[in-house]
Amino acid sequence: METINSARRHFVLQIGGAAGAAWLTAQWPAMLAAAQHAHSAAKANPAPAFEVLTPEQATEIEAISSLIIPSDELPGAREAGVVYFIDRALKTFAEDAKPAYEQGLADLNRMAGEMFPGVARFSAASRAQQEELFAQLEEDSQSGSGTSRRRFTSSGMNFADTIWFHTLAGFLVDPEGGGNRDYAGWKVLGRDPAHSFSPPFGFYDKDYPGWQPSSPETETK
Amino acid sequence: MTQAKVTYQPSDEVDFVIIGSGAAGGVLAKELSTNGFRVVVLEQGPYLTEADFTHDEIEIFTKHRLTNDPKRQPVTFRQTEAEKAALQPSVMYGRCVGGSSVHFTANFWRFHEIDFVERSKVGEIPGTGFTDWPITYADLEPYYTKVEWEVGVSGLAGASPFDPPRSKPYPMPPLPVKSSGVLFERAARKLGYHPFPAPMAILSQPRAGRSACVNCGFCLGFGCEVGAKSSALASVIRIAERTGRCEIRPNCYVHRIETDKNGRATGAVYFDAHRNAQLQKAKAVIVCANGAETPRLLLLSANNAFPNGLANSSGLVGKYLMPNSSAIAFGVFDEPLNDYKGYAVSRVFHDFYELDAKKLGFYGGGGLDARFDFTPVGFAMNGLPPGTPRRGSEFKKAFRQNFTRTMEIFCHATSLPVATNSFSLDPDVKDAWGLPALRMTFKDHPNDLKMVSWMADRAMEILDAAGAKTKWHPPITEQRFAVHLLGTCRMGKDAKSSVINPDHRTHDIPNLFLCDGSSLVTSGRGQPTMTIQALAYRAADRITALAKRGELTGQTSRAT
Repeated sequence: METINSARRHFVLQIGGAAGAAWLTAQWPAMLAAAQHAHSAAKANPAPAFEVLTPEQATEIEAISSLIIPSDELPGAREAGVVYFIDRALKTFAEDAKPAYEQGLADLNRMAGEMFPGVARFSAASRAQQEELFAQLEEDSQSGSGTSRRRFTSSGMNFADTIWFHTLAGFLVDPEGGGNRDYAGWKVLGRDPAHSFSPPFGFYDKDYPGWQPSSPETETK
Repeated sequence: MTQAKVTYQPSDEVDFVIIGSGAAGGVLAKELSTNGFRVVVLEQGPYLTEADFTHDEIEIFTKHRLTNDPKRQPVTFRQTEAEKAALQPSVMYGRCVGGSSVHFTANFWRFHEIDFVERSKVGEIPGTGFTDWPITYADLEPYYTKVEWEVGVSGLAGASPFDPPRSKPYPMPPLPVKSSGVLFERAARKLGYHPFPAPMAILSQPRAGRSACVNCGFCLGFGCEVGAKSSALASVIRIAERTGRCEIRPNCYVHRIETDKNGRATGAVYFDAHRNAQLQKAKAVIVCANGAETPRLLLLSANNAFPNGLANSSGLVGKYLMPNSSAIAFGVFDEPLNDYKGYAVSRVFHDFYELDAKKLGFYGGGGLDARFDFTPVGFAMNGLPPGTPRRGSEFKKAFRQNFTRTMEIFCHATSLPVATNSFSLDPDVKDAWGLPALRMTFKDHPNDLKMVSWMADRAMEILDAAGAKTKWHPPITEQRFAVHLLGTCRMGKDAKSSVINPDHRTHDIPNLFLCDGSSLVTSGRGQPTMTIQALAYRAADRITALAKRGELTGQTSRAT
């Protein structure tokens, strides 16, 4: 398993191969500092305690994020530490979503009891029941509007959309961003954790002979 | 020889104050300081460098680390002048030293000859202000070449039969082809088109102390950590600073240009990082704040002598916004493309650059490119086929299968200039500094929607010919979001129908110049930065000549 630090170091070394020494000399101390910072963030990632969430809230959030990205033969939201990402998000970029989380989690627990008597909490429901509950929540809040291609924001979004976005972000963001623990999400995507690559990149360019002008035979009009 | 970085006092009257450090401002700063002038560049965003850049999508797309923050600088949107505009983050631009060139895709096509004279060829288009440029492609050609060699563009001269004439080849070969490029090239050739290696403002070889691209895959939206993307920051800004005559001053939010009793500009007023108002005095003012903020600044600067805003005797400041029309098609293939590796675009074709309006029933044209410009979180949210479940094992399977096997074809095209499509000041909403917010009014000309719809169909045919097992394109809808901010202070010879003259000098104020996307008369086919930078190099020559003749101050400049 490649840690953040070794991936970043590899990136820095690759730059050294590609770049002139001048650039590297100028940027080296800063690059090392950034890599070191990312490394300590990664080590601190399986935080023993939550900073914002209560243990009860964390349990429900983990259940919801596992419904969105389940664990199977490959890691899911749980293995990627999504709940820790969300805990940090609610203290930083998504601070304004905290009331929506509190309300949304309470709503889901209440709905669980109403729709499935005897089920006290969302996390205590079966997978099929959870699916029904979350679908109902989405319907009630008319979610699914999503985000723009170039801007992701939780501001103004309802709880169902917000936790969906935060789960995806916590699963797939570069670990510099505090999620995607041990590159769990990128393993699922099939994204190599390196930050520099050389061609050929994929199946279709591996036997490319080099660019040639269109020959008259290939001209059809 | 490298000089120590210079700083000026706001009270020190410099030769030029340039507002905005992006694609145009950076070039003007470099050229004018190299020509001996004392220059201050005021940038509203922070001065970040390669060491500050990140691959964290939350920092970029949620915290707006490199772009305007809609929380502090709200934007309102409406489709027509009859509506009341509502809050909507409808505009995105770079807000850091280097501007949008820090985070852009770096597609770098030149405009073609037709872009400058199309009105004469096509004729009048009702409901538009479609007109020819006062300059031609031939006037700009030397400056396009200068951009390619000074800023750094990779490409292959002569590879497209539709290319306009050029005086020099590219300084570097094209970047390596991606799987999306190979699939696109083979399919497009099957259909009789002429794909070619995309000209990109990204270094394919080390150059001028900068690294070649390392294909990290975090390109669109991100700052380049190795300086390979040819942003104004990585290229011209540093040369400007090395002259010892140019100060780049970040965190300065300019909100007024001062004029004196003679109707001349005297400097720029800005809020510094501590929200204190400062006046930077200058002999001449050059606004390069982008096609949204340049007109907004002119309107914010209204005073008794210029009650409708500076340089606005034509009433055209902020009007004729052209954001470029576009469409996008997705294809999923059997084998991994791994297109997440590397920069976005490796192949383009220009067979549709100039379409036959009579035959097709609409005016315009564009180019198609093969790309993959998603990063992981964005892909899971916005890159999957319609109808994919949003959660559960089917959702997980979809992004697992598709992330490495998806490519896009992006169709870039013309926008017609319509006077009611505009930027103006919102009468009610204020930004975090208490200034009137930017208001966008925009509704696509029906012609433009027809054209991109036609192009999306062609893109689907190419994906078919390429063997995509799944393909789709999002529905063509009216645009409510703009990143290409073009045409809002247009260039022209007639002061009644344009804002600046061919020297980029405002018709109304002799020492006030504008140069950025707002200067464009037509929209081109979707890749404006190359042309904005060519215009900036040309403007620098014109402004230097005026200054040396003493026309900016009425006295001989200190430049020798």
